[in-house]
Amino acid sequence: MSPTEPAVELHGITKRFPGVVANHDIDIEVAAGTVHAIVGENGAGKSTLMKILYGMQRPDEGTIKVAGKEVAFHSPADAITRGIGMVHQHFMLADNLSVLENVVLGAEKLHGIGGKARRRIEEISRQYGLGVEPDRLVEQLGVGARQRVEILKVLYRGAKILILDEPTAVLVPQEVEELFGNLRELKREGLTVIFISHKLDEVLSVADTITVIRRGTTVDTVQPGAVTARQLAELMVGSELPVPELRESTVTDVPVLTMRDVTVRDADGRTVVDDVSLTIHEGEILGIAGVEGNGQAELVEAIMGMLPVESGVIRLSETDLTGLVTRRRREAGIGFIPEDRHRHGLLLDSPLWENRILGHQTRPPNVKGRLIDRQGARRDTERIVRDYDVRTPGIDVTAASLSGGNQQKLIVGREMSGRPKLLIAAHPTRGVDVGAQSAIWDHLRHARADGLAVLLISADLDELIGMSDTLRVILRGRLVGEADPATITPDQLGSLMTGAGEGSAA
Amino acid sequence: MIYRLLAKSYTRTIVAALVALVFAIAVTSIVLSVSGFDPPSTFQAMFEFGKEPDSVVNTVNRASGYYLSALAVAVGFRMNLFNIGVDGQYRLAAMLAAAVGGAWALPAGLHQVVIVLVAVAVGGLWAAIPAMLKVARGVSEVISTIMLNFIATAIIGFLLHPGRLAVQLGPNNIGTKPISSSGRMPGIPYPGSELKLYSFLVIAILAGLGYWFMINRTRFGFDLRATGLSQSAAVASGVDARRMVVMAMVMSGAMAGLIGMPQLLGGSYTYSLDFPAGIGLTGIGIALLGRNGPVGIAFAALLWAFLDQSSQILDFNDIPKEIVAITQAAVLLSVVIVYEVVNRAGQRIDQRRVATQLGEVTA
Repeated sequence: MSPTEPAVELHGITKRFPGVVANHDIDIEVAAGTVHAIVGENGAGKSTLMKILYGMQRPDEGTIKVAGKEVAFHSPADAITRGIGMVHQHFMLADNLSVLENVVLGAEKLHGIGGKARRRIEEISRQYGLGVEPDRLVEQLGVGARQRVEILKVLYRGAKILILDEPTAVLVPQEVEELFGNLRELKREGLTVIFISHKLDEVLSVADTITVIRRGTTVDTVQPGAVTARQLAELMVGSELPVPELRESTVTDVPVLTMRDVTVRDADGRTVVDDVSLTIHEGEILGIAGVEGNGQAELVEAIMGMLPVESGVIRLSETDLTGLVTRRRREAGIGFIPEDRHRHGLLLDSPLWENRILGHQTRPPNVKGRLIDRQGARRDTERIVRDYDVRTPGIDVTAASLSGGNQQKLIVGREMSGRPKLLIAAHPTRGVDVGAQSAIWDHLRHARADGLAVLLISADLDELIGMSDTLRVILRGRLVGEADPATITPDQLGSLMTGAGEGSAA
Repeated sequence: MIYRLLAKSYTRTIVAALVALVFAIAVTSIVLSVSGFDPPSTFQAMFEFGKEPDSVVNTVNRASGYYLSALAVAVGFRMNLFNIGVDGQYRLAAMLAAAVGGAWALPAGLHQVVIVLVAVAVGGLWAAIPAMLKVARGVSEVISTIMLNFIATAIIGFLLHPGRLAVQLGPNNIGTKPISSSGRMPGIPYPGSELKLYSFLVIAILAGLGYWFMINRTRFGFDLRATGLSQSAAVASGVDARRMVVMAMVMSGAMAGLIGMPQLLGGSYTYSLDFPAGIGLTGIGIALLGRNGPVGIAFAALLWAFLDQSSQILDFNDIPKEIVAITQAAVLLSVVIVYEVVNRAGQRIDQRRVATQLGEVTA
């Protein structure tokens, strides 16, 4: 491979599925020995493009050149032969096998499964600074280490060009830094990395070149030094970005949600919510910051009555919720935008109007007595579709056929229609397009002005800081700190979340 | 256009059922040919025999039991609850109802009502056992209902004994004391046949209507379907999953209690050694074939009963009538696969339709 020849060239790639065009006129040149980032919103066509490059889909038009030679991939095996390897977002490792066994699995022909393979793994690990121990069981490894095993798997198979699909989605900040260190190492050794992401700060810090994809096509290729994260984001969405921010304070002194000394244990007896006390007032948005898996989900489920509370009291206005089942709590005035809308928020195979009923099975306009009021539910679904700008051809299509943003707008509309006193919003704008994001923020702001109390949980620190009146930090199930959203920066909040400021806060 | 067609869920169901039937006939033809029989003439003989008035009456009477059985199974299926115990539930219910009905003679009208209520109560209570086990101890209802079928058989064997609940009915048969005429349901005459249609058929149809109404129009039915479609979403919406398990299982068992009634009140008037067995297991297949819908199940039950009935002629032509079991099995296996394929295709079409109508690009 001559150094001037691009490692990968894509020209005029077009891929149509019946009814939609997933990719059109994609042009990308990836220089050898660089980290090339491809950014775009969810649904912009990144995944289709990568599937084409990795041989999982064939383009309808256009050419792919690898190291100057035109190629046609029929399967991932062809791509691997040409030195292209893919590290998937979701790891494909067998937990109960060792690292060595995982690496050689399916590639036994290369170096066998014994000492030779082990030596090769150790050699690769050393060469690229991956720090992989071949005899550890995968189940004992952390997320970052598992990802390095995935990278090693690809290198072991002789890849010179690595595709990383949203590699940082599962990592905490420190692990992200380690990963970037590894990527720089790979680059130094002459490998080429194609890095797919929508986290712009990361892209700017690690990439040599950035290609932006919007609505299925490449809109621009830029150098990280020449753009800001904001400019990049605007390229990505093709318009000005909405800003999460609150105007004047609407916080009153009327408490809506009061939690005192709430402790929750999981099925194994581990304490997942530890002695949490908080109060949310009318017109207040209280944000909970924390690295995922620190008890946020359990805190929400405890308030919803989906997890039993070990000790402590939860009150909604004057009502003691502690002994009530989920349905009574919802009827008492809790709206719930769940973290995982597919698992907890929707019946994917049911039409929109039936989804309107979900969570509100006991309240008009959905029911008359013990019977479902189809006309009432349908009419009110039409209203939600109109007022919340849910883009759909009708209310009889299934929830699964809507895009993520429109599903979320439907959920927000539904939960607000119960006129709740308290809204639990867990990652309300995760995985939705900017249009929907801006609309959802607007709805939150309006509801807050009307006196709604909101518990906001989010991994998007800008959203948390911008949309909260009060910020609390959760770490290992405990509320360890409080922050003023008017003054704190995302960096400071990030270090509070990892416990760096644990001693001084609390 | 096939896209248009597949957009509607009921057309999907019909298309899938027809494809499965064609496939089953093809498989049966192959087996017949390999065994040295002529498929067209075999099918013709079955069809000719099946449309005789006597056969029609037998088919419909048999179908009424199948129909109730499949409804009982479907109640559970709708929330992903597998009540394999319908078989034990209906046999125990029919036996005890027959014993009660035979023991006392009540005024006509009340007599039948008491018998049916006893059957419903026994079926529901017997099904409550696996429900409680599941809710309290997490025991899989599949395992517990299968085992309870065996226990039901043993209990029936124990009780159906001269000196206990049985009397001698003939040289080789014992059964519960026959129900007196005040407790019987007179049959409906069918033109051209000496045989009569069970009038309990009307109640089976009403049960189907009730099932449809419960599933589609009531809050309880919504909760039931929601639990079946996504238990996690149902729980988050405030459905009490444990309560639903008990309610659905008991309803399924109560419905199962009705299965033996057409035969008991309209034909045999006693639960004897030759009382039809195994209808509960057949119901599983019929519910599957009918997609748990009251109309689909009706067609599936009639098809099943027709195959059973028309196969009687095969022995006269020296063709083993077990060939029909192959047809039935092939229908079931293929329908499961075809439904899945058709459904996925339909879903993809839905998504594309939405995307095209909105002019959106999706990856």
